[in-house]
Amino acid sequence: MYDFSIITTAIDQFLRSLMPSGLAIFIECVLVGACVLVAYIVLAIIMIFMERKVCAAFQCRLGPMRVGFWGTLQVFSDVFKMIIKEIIDLKRTDNMLYNLAPFLVVLSSVLTFSCLPFAKGMEVLDFNVGLFFLMATSSFGVLGIMLAGWSSNNKYSMIGAMRSGAQMVSYELSIGISMLTLVVLSGTLQLSEIVSRQSDAWFIVKGHIPAFIAFVIYLIAGNAETNRGPFDLPEAESELTAGYHTEYSGMGFGFFYVAEFMNLFIVSGIASTIFLGGWMPLHILGLDGFNAAMDYIPGVVWFLGKTFFVIWLLMWIRWTFPRLRIDQVITLEWKYLVPIGIVNLLIMTLCVVMGWTL
Amino acid sequence: MNTTFIPLNEFRSQMETLRRDKGMDFLRDMIGMDWGEDGLGVIYLLENSATKENISVATRTTDRVAPAIPTVSDLWKIANIYEREVFDFFGIIFNGHPNLRRLFLRNDWVGYPLRKDYDESEAVNPVRMYSENNQNDCTYTLAEDGTIKQIPDTLFDNNEYVINIGPQHPATHGVLRFRLSLEGEFINKVDIHCGYIHRGIEKISEKYPYPQILALTDRLDYLSAHQNRHALCMCIEKAMGLEVTERTQYIRTIMDELQRIDSHLLFISCAAMDLGALTTFIYGFRDREKLLDIMEEVTGGRLIQNYNVIGGVQADITPGFAEKVKTFCKDILNKLNEYNDVFTNNIITRKRMLGIGVLSTEDVISYGCTGGTGRASGWSCDVRKRHPYALYDKVDFKEIIYNNGDCYDRFLVRIDEIKESVRIIEQLIDSIPEGEYKVKTKPIIRIPEGSYHAAVEGSRGEFGVFIESKGDKSPYRIKFRPMGLPLIASMETMLKGNKIADLMAIGATLDYVIPDIDR
Repeated sequence: MYDFSIITTAIDQFLRSLMPSGLAIFIECVLVGACVLVAYIVLAIIMIFMERKVCAAFQCRLGPMRVGFWGTLQVFSDVFKMIIKEIIDLKRTDNMLYNLAPFLVVLSSVLTFSCLPFAKGMEVLDFNVGLFFLMATSSFGVLGIMLAGWSSNNKYSMIGAMRSGAQMVSYELSIGISMLTLVVLSGTLQLSEIVSRQSDAWFIVKGHIPAFIAFVIYLIAGNAETNRGPFDLPEAESELTAGYHTEYSGMGFGFFYVAEFMNLFIVSGIASTIFLGGWMPLHILGLDGFNAAMDYIPGVVWFLGKTFFVIWLLMWIRWTFPRLRIDQVITLEWKYLVPIGIVNLLIMTLCVVMGWTL
Repeated sequence: MNTTFIPLNEFRSQMETLRRDKGMDFLRDMIGMDWGEDGLGVIYLLENSATKENISVATRTTDRVAPAIPTVSDLWKIANIYEREVFDFFGIIFNGHPNLRRLFLRNDWVGYPLRKDYDESEAVNPVRMYSENNQNDCTYTLAEDGTIKQIPDTLFDNNEYVINIGPQHPATHGVLRFRLSLEGEFINKVDIHCGYIHRGIEKISEKYPYPQILALTDRLDYLSAHQNRHALCMCIEKAMGLEVTERTQYIRTIMDELQRIDSHLLFISCAAMDLGALTTFIYGFRDREKLLDIMEEVTGGRLIQNYNVIGGVQADITPGFAEKVKTFCKDILNKLNEYNDVFTNNIITRKRMLGIGVLSTEDVISYGCTGGTGRASGWSCDVRKRHPYALYDKVDFKEIIYNNGDCYDRFLVRIDEIKESVRIIEQLIDSIPEGEYKVKTKPIIRIPEGSYHAAVEGSRGEFGVFIESKGDKSPYRIKFRPMGLPLIASMETMLKGNKIADLMAIGATLDYVIPDIDR
């Protein structure tokens, strides 16, 4: 197993040897922040390109093909266009909230993103309530969306924001319950611990039936949490034109757009961490040669591979299903997912107590 | 066409007798007329939906300053919106109409354009660069002393949450505007504004010679371009006593059915898109493309095709036409299964459509919602069966009838109708007889004096053409029966108490086309 902490420790010692430790920590923070932001943007660009190509494949199209080989430069030109676009000032909007809203959404998404364990030792924060912190940071994105809808002074935006408020707050619950189910199985909230306890078998295998049910609930709720189809009601383009971000232009809109894609990445990243073993390679009990071979593949590759697999699953759903109606969305959550989730949590607890896990 | 004139004082009682005792429950069309010296009036085309018996009655008043006719909007629900149209164009006040205001033109429009003494100069109606004010919406009634009185509109009061869907909105499929009063997600009241692409085709037609009018019909409902033009050609041919060749009849019937498949494919795609299933949308368009290629090869156009002409068709079919159509027909049946797999049988689709926007059989007849909408509510309203034209009495096909009248049934009707259209085409395609594709006509076409009516089954309902001729080379009055106007009129009943998202499902499955509503 590669351990990324060797590199970080080396950098740390090098800096400390040159300067007082306070300054060294400050420089490390800046470096880490820059790395997180670069990774955030690069992944967002990859995701947007992937979405366009996957969607095209499902619809028997080619997708972007003209800019660059196989359309690879399309997203870059899109981003460039977005950056040079004018940000329009609107009359009769609550100006401060209007400008604040996209930053809140991006802030929430970047904070959550930086909690993800990419590989062994490659994580910004690793403390004993990691999963809890991750949920807390991810849940204030809805605030930005509500503010955007409210401050735009547009009726479509308002309806979109109200829908998203109802939807995201509700589905937060299912995400929490399904995560809790896995916390019961792992016995810890620390993300690095969660991953390393999956070294013999991933939790979805270890927890068998209840873990699988939790995985499905998590995928549905995660899809709803990121406002993607079939739960894209807050921005249902055939109903509310663009929902809460109707009035935004330029990078204001760009932030919402990027945050939406990165939330998809985050949801998938968490799914791969707590269900599919995160950066832990595929280990099969008893096949030592195979396990050793798998260990040669770096943890980042494992993590990204699993994450993009989950993303692909969610895109498949996104491009296949029609949109639900708001009452159906809420019914699905409160009448089906939450009760099933709670019963599932009980079953998982029972399994763990009785030792019925693998 | 024989029209019975009813004197104004007996009009109301006679109409009540016709509606209640004679069972004339389907108001096919209402045609405002300006007979000049004889006054202003309205022709009503009525049909008994059970016996398919047709009559046309008319009434008129010689008062040109404040012409007034009793309303029939309580007898036929669709009369509500038809009367607004007649008021808009002729300024006839319908006494007792609940909400009489202009339908297509702006509220500040001066004069009534289809009257023969209308002043067309731009000084009277300049291009107004400001938007009309909603608050100025008003209804008109006839005061005691004979003057027209305006009453301010009280449709929505100030503390209602009124939201505009349209005129630029992805779900309205064009420039139509709904004003919705919302209670959370629920719709309380609906008000429909039309006329954003009103081009005055009926007015323009009064100046054009007949062959030139043909070009305008393609621009009504562009998804039933062939059927529209077929109806107009049929009406003119009927008036002239012109017999078209058998080959023409075959070509026209096949092209009508191809156009119907084209329209229904677009319907499936757009309904899917409105419900958020973008993949099905692309699938539908992919297959429609093949059909458009065939049409382009024969007619030279993809949307505006200009194919039918008086006495035949513009050009003969191409040599490979039959083979290509047969391949397409075989292909499309498989593709329908694909749509059913990915969209129609999807649980979310069913939940979104089943039991939503129900129209009862009485309602569809009273609203005159023909086409797929009528047949989904159990009304056998297919013109191809009711009053067969072209070759429809010679081919064997089934009229698709569903009985629930909800969105899902309206969707299924269209899917099944594609299958029936394929059946019709397959019966005809191999036996197109040899012969002329067009009979020679005089360079200048004149129609003998009188009034004529012809109807075809368009892609989304009955498309009727009414021509009043004074023997000139252009019509005295021409009226196209819009297929979409009854559909959007019926939305009010369906929407009340439903949610915003249901508006999209209902609008999508009604399948209206705005240029056809606005004309």
